[in-house]
Amino acid sequence: MSDFLRSYLVVAIFGGVGVALVGAFLGIASLLRPSKPSEQKLMTYESGVNPTGDMWAQANIRYYVFALLFVLFDVEAIFIFPWASRLEALGVFGLVEMAIFVFILLLGLVYAWRKGMLKWV
Amino acid sequence: MISILSVEIPYWGQTTFRVLGGLAAVLLPAGALVYIYLFKLMSFVQSRLGPMEAGPAGSLQLLAEVGKAFQKEDIFPRKADKLVFAAAPFVVLMSTFLLILVVPFGPDAWFVNLDTGIFFALAVSSVSVIGILMAGWASASKYSLLGGLRAAGQLIAYELPLVLAVMGVVIQAGTLNMQEIVYAQAEGEIFGISGIGNPFIITQFIGFAIFLIAMQAELTQPPFDMPVAESELVSGYMTEYSGIRFLLFFIGEFATAGVFSMIASVLFLGGWWVPGLDPDSNLFNILGPAVLFGKVMLVTFLIFWFRFTYPRFREDQLQKLAWKVLIPLSLVNIVATGILKVVF
Repeated sequence: MSDFLRSYLVVAIFGGVGVALVGAFLGIASLLRPSKPSEQKLMTYESGVNPTGDMWAQANIRYYVFALLFVLFDVEAIFIFPWASRLEALGVFGLVEMAIFVFILLLGLVYAWRKGMLKWV
Repeated sequence: MISILSVEIPYWGQTTFRVLGGLAAVLLPAGALVYIYLFKLMSFVQSRLGPMEAGPAGSLQLLAEVGKAFQKEDIFPRKADKLVFAAAPFVVLMSTFLLILVVPFGPDAWFVNLDTGIFFALAVSSVSVIGILMAGWASASKYSLLGGLRAAGQLIAYELPLVLAVMGVVIQAGTLNMQEIVYAQAEGEIFGISGIGNPFIITQFIGFAIFLIAMQAELTQPPFDMPVAESELVSGYMTEYSGIRFLLFFIGEFATAGVFSMIASVLFLGGWWVPGLDPDSNLFNILGPAVLFGKVMLVTFLIFWFRFTYPRFREDQLQKLAWKVLIPLSLVNIVATGILKVVF
């Protein structure tokens, strides 16, 4: 196996360690803990009063515009990372190009700002 | 073949070492943070003594708490989505263990030396958001749902400043590899002065400040704790979790705080290296983890200091800070760093 794949094997192993640790904790706990379920214990917690209505109620998700903006800027970040690590080789040309790119994105943010999209309504 | 301290070790041996090292590197700082800062420092900030009974100065309190959680009954709310409810803690802790992977502890002491380094770390750090959303949704509780949604809104807003603040370091170091970022700081110079190398906290101070604020928000530590806000949402997405499952979320929170601080130390404070010593010396394979731990305690001190002294942000203030202050500032920081890098 190449060193490259080996290094990602360690990534897989560490993911497994995380899962195994949680599994071990739950396993030990299952040997120690009591189990006496009752109707009241299994109720959804709502500050001590009887829960009302459907628990998966419709909620007003106020930040879907934020989520859209996030996708935009996250894609931008992916473009900036390779540029940032090669800036020395790219020199002034790369700098001007990226300055224009960042300026256009800032313009987009300013547009959203002026439209009142960044306000928590 | 990779050798640690110039001894040839077979692959399975190395892997065992790495797994044990990974467990220690995740759990020990988490335990230290909870005892030193959450139990003791918080008490002193609030003019009280904190735990004093279990062991000398309450030092065994942590064991008592874990022992207590092990004996608590495991309750699945009747209306919960059982499978997703049970899976959420696995996802959160897996993200922490993937995050520790790229942190270097010495010139030869690392788990895996990925060339994508910091990029990989930022990518896997967002996996825990999925775990939090799963917990919030599967609990079938109004508090949990609101907490989960708030967490999602907050974490995506502060992930951008976090990513963009790192960019300044990447421009200066010219690499994404965490190990090479440490070397870039050890061998760098500030405008021709090379006495103390170039810890990026000096040249990237704005980046460090943005990274620290965004990190605080990503960890949902107060003052950015709207998702767990115990005075209004009970415990947010963790409301329905009891006993050991709640403890697992708790461990995940503080272990992630420790690991994020390690990444901040590597990026801005020089990681395992200290000024004045040769970064290639074998000494650092032994000393490195201790140096890094010291720097982690410094960074986390700042986090917990803010945590204990500032009141909670309102949701709209929180979004305003991210979108109207931190993101434009970090974009300007990137361009300014780029100009300075090309000109000098």
